[in-house]
Amino acid sequence: MSKININKSWKYDESLESTSHIKLKDKYDLFIGGEFVKPLSKKYFNTLNPATNQSIAEIADANDKDIDKAVKSARKAFNSWSKLDPKERGKYIFRIARMIQERAKEFAVIESIDGGKPIRESRDIDIPLAANHFFYHAGWADKLEYAFPNKKPTPLGVAGQIIPWNFPLLMAAWKIAPAIACGNTVVLKPAESTSLTALKLAELIQDSGLPKGVVNIVTGAGKTGAAIVNHPDINKIAFTGSTEVGKLIERSLAGIEKKTTLELGGKGANIIFEDAAIDQAVEGIVNAIFFNQGHVCCAGSRLFIQESVADIVIEKLKDRISTLIVGDPLDKNTDIGAINSVEQLKTIEKYIEIGKKEGGEIYQSKCSLPKKGNWCPPTLFLNVSQSHTIVQEEIFGPVLAIQTFRTIDEVIEKANNTPFGLSAGVWTEKGSKIFRLTKELNAGVVWANTYNKFDPSSPFGGFKESGMGREGGLHGLKSYLKFE
Amino acid sequence: MNFPDLEKTLKIDKVGVHERVNRFCKRSIKTSAKTHGLHLALSMIDLTTLEGKDTPKKVVQLCYKAQHLHDSMLDLPTVAAVCVYPTLVGVAKKELIGSGINVASVATAFPSGQSTLEVKLNDTKFAVDQGADEVDMVISRGNFLAGEYNFVFDEIAAIKEACGKAHLKVILETGELDTLDNVRKASDIAMYAGADFIKTSTGKISPAATMSVTYVMLVAIKDYCKKTGIKIGMKPAGGILTAKQSLQYLVMLKETLGDSWMNKDLFRFGASRLANDILMQLEKQESGIYQSLDYFSKD
Repeated sequence: MSKININKSWKYDESLESTSHIKLKDKYDLFIGGEFVKPLSKKYFNTLNPATNQSIAEIADANDKDIDKAVKSARKAFNSWSKLDPKERGKYIFRIARMIQERAKEFAVIESIDGGKPIRESRDIDIPLAANHFFYHAGWADKLEYAFPNKKPTPLGVAGQIIPWNFPLLMAAWKIAPAIACGNTVVLKPAESTSLTALKLAELIQDSGLPKGVVNIVTGAGKTGAAIVNHPDINKIAFTGSTEVGKLIERSLAGIEKKTTLELGGKGANIIFEDAAIDQAVEGIVNAIFFNQGHVCCAGSRLFIQESVADIVIEKLKDRISTLIVGDPLDKNTDIGAINSVEQLKTIEKYIEIGKKEGGEIYQSKCSLPKKGNWCPPTLFLNVSQSHTIVQEEIFGPVLAIQTFRTIDEVIEKANNTPFGLSAGVWTEKGSKIFRLTKELNAGVVWANTYNKFDPSSPFGGFKESGMGREGGLHGLKSYLKFE
Repeated sequence: MNFPDLEKTLKIDKVGVHERVNRFCKRSIKTSAKTHGLHLALSMIDLTTLEGKDTPKKVVQLCYKAQHLHDSMLDLPTVAAVCVYPTLVGVAKKELIGSGINVASVATAFPSGQSTLEVKLNDTKFAVDQGADEVDMVISRGNFLAGEYNFVFDEIAAIKEACGKAHLKVILETGELDTLDNVRKASDIAMYAGADFIKTSTGKISPAATMSVTYVMLVAIKDYCKKTGIKIGMKPAGGILTAKQSLQYLVMLKETLGDSWMNKDLFRFGASRLANDILMQLEKQESGIYQSLDYFSKD
């Protein structure tokens, strides 16, 4: 043993999660009708590891014809799946949930390699929650009559589902589980930069023995997504992603009989009152904006601090972010991983420039960043107002815009003064204040003395430009059913 | 020495504290970081015997252990102090001459603190006269819970004066304080009244030290330092049995107060069994295999 000098400062060693147990192919085809099939487009693209920008695998790029094939397979499967004894449907879904738990470690590691999120998050949050969504909805499969009494719920048909790159497997679970529990079949497209865990899920579904064609997973970028949205034999579109694309989808579906749910962007207000537990609120601020590198639609990206405690909260926040470790997503000690893509990093950097140009006072953690890959240190903007671009627009990165307020009325007005309405946080030890804010804040979810907590039983969704419809819970089931 | 403005004491949210503590426990401490951390933890231990049946001979044995933790392993630090009852301070002092290990003595009608100020002052003075380098006093929890904060403050200040040059550790006995808000309040009172260290527990009440309680006290220390520039030490005591726990506490210390607190002058573990578990882990770090506890001396 080398001599230990305990007077030297103590540092954590690198502690990498092992990757030896994961199985990845060099090339992934489309999952249609229960088989992996070569794309009719004959085209493939590379999926990159955002921590190194090196290619991990080739992914099929589906075109209109591939989508048509997938929809036909889903339509064919719908005839028998929708008529299957609901209790049997439930069994399949339970099986998928258990298999995700069994393979949790492999999914977690691949999620971190492909998407850049820290292994602590994919291991402790993404994958367990994904399994939970299957468990939860498996339970509903044979109880829909009780969930909606006297309404005779029946499935819609084929659901086209398009999901984002920030929570790849979780979003796939979030979409597939309720759809198939209700007796629908699915054509799902993961985001082009993070298709791997969805494709691993396809392998798992194959192993689970789920009837062929109930779940079809097709890969590709925006064009592929458009082909799903515009396919005439799809009964329902479920989209999670940017407000920009959401608007396009809504336009192209106008006047057509397709049910739609959209879960879009956000600019969540996180409100700290003077009577809050300050240190725990600071933790909440960190969790609200730096969770998943800030790639979270419901991130608390607008911070409002009551003036009387603004100095102490900001001082404590600056201290706290200095302890956040930015680096290798596979290191178990990493707090903030890699920005998902070069493109997204450019977007974030553009907003940081705008913030500076418009006179915001920037504060960034002086943490070390790896040389290769896409990284952004935790960033605060002080002295900004509702009129600043970085307060108005969704950045989708680890950038927090901080404002102060004096009264409850003022903060409610400012919190609601945004085109979005997805999420908000309220920090106070006074219960009556919490009730007033939950009532008056125009947001789909309001967290009190916590932030970014998710559960399959809790409906999630937004107001205004944050989207329409709810996912999760009873509300979420409703959007995959029709009623007499 | 001003009485703190308790109106402004920061509120504590228990759920939030538990979440923060969980994050500390998720840090992965491996290879050389682990060895370094375990050495550090060893150097911060107050090796303790506080039993009614303690005798001079028992204390002599403990003092020998303190200086010879595990002689087959080279370059081990010694523990920081040996902690005993006032009547045994003289014995410990004699045994530890020239070792660099301090003698700490509990005092002030330990562990209940149910006595008059006069008795407590005499208890303290006796310990110091016997050669105690450090005094571990208990606060009057009854008075604290009755809202008599000034009484608690004045008592600590008086004991501090009686300590003279000896360092004063103030035991809050958090297991009797009921809420984390009370822990924070008691920490502030103790620091403003002149504590050099604040300490969680006597070890006689369950729960003794927990990470949540220690975290709240560390934050109080940080806030006090920001206000006054004075660095107060921290001593969780009781219930820290394993090497792994000690590393989790060190992670919490590092990420809350920073590197300048990472030494025995500002952080201690009050523990009797922790040392051997750390030694066992260090052996494992070196040899790759765990040895039986019978290979480590129990004193």
